[in-house]
Amino acid sequence: MQFDSINEFINMGGYGFYVWLAYGVTFFSLGTLIVLSVRQKRKVLVEIAKKIQREERLKETRSNK
Amino acid sequence: MWKWLHSYADPERAYKLSGTLLPWFAMLAISMIGIGTVWGLVFAPTDYQQGDSYRIIFIHVPAASMSMAAYMAMATSSFIGLVWQIKSADWAAAAIAPIGAVVTFIALVTGATWGKPMWGTWWVWDARLTSELVLLFLYLGVISLYASFEDKVLAARAAGILAIVGVINIPIIKYSVDWWSSLHQPSTIKITEESSMPTEMLYPLLINIMGFGVMIGAITLVRFRSEILARNGMRPWVRELAKAEGVK
Repeated sequence: MQFDSINEFINMGGYGFYVWLAYGVTFFSLGTLIVLSVRQKRKVLVEIAKKIQREERLKETRSNK
Repeated sequence: MWKWLHSYADPERAYKLSGTLLPWFAMLAISMIGIGTVWGLVFAPTDYQQGDSYRIIFIHVPAASMSMAAYMAMATSSFIGLVWQIKSADWAAAAIAPIGAVVTFIALVTGATWGKPMWGTWWVWDARLTSELVLLFLYLGVISLYASFEDKVLAARAAGILAIVGVINIPIIKYSVDWWSSLHQPSTIKITEESSMPTEMLYPLLINIMGFGVMIGAITLVRFRSEILARNGMRPWVRELAKAEGVK
């Protein structure tokens, strides 16, 4: 352990602002990328499902004639 | 062997295989980055010259080196897609591009926040920094080219050619600190000789570099799977999946 207290850890020997800015931006952008990437699959499947429903509706109206 | 390899280019098998691999990659990435980051932030010794500001290295170097590695992976996939017309390779390249862009962005930002306290400036138009910025623009170019064609076979070809031509930038980034006089320091980790870094700093750094690599692999698998589904919307197995999971 290099730091004696939480305050010292946050202060980072006076460089706290720069260190935490770097780590903050890194984990924020990675988090955003991961969330967007994980959601993508569902979005694609919903789109395909909608398309299938549209096709089925078209088929029904055609067969009703 | 080629016949065996080819069966994994089949979209359904590629989708399933990447689904099986994903949890392992994700777990490995989370634990490695977790260990490397905590070790680097809390346990690694303070640098005698740079104080604690040097702790940015534990994300800056992994992001920077992996931004180049990811680019090589993307360009290789594009090359395979172009030459052997394997669509799965094109989709893999399309999956990597946004991840590479984010990692390059991280390398640039963490470099800036390290440059400010150490060099006194956020940014200089120096060879290393400028070529890394060009890398970001290459990624953005590949992403927007791929997005701008309705026909994804054509889109992959256009984006793939840009990706392959852009490989020229990789050695420029790598050797920029040796070829031109630069504010940026030359690399600390050396493969052929002993690294100029104590092991208590080197180990967390190496763990994080590998962790970033595995993380890029994991996110690539996630995006690759979505890309497979999006490109195969007419296949029966995708339609079954959409009926099961895509209905709200």
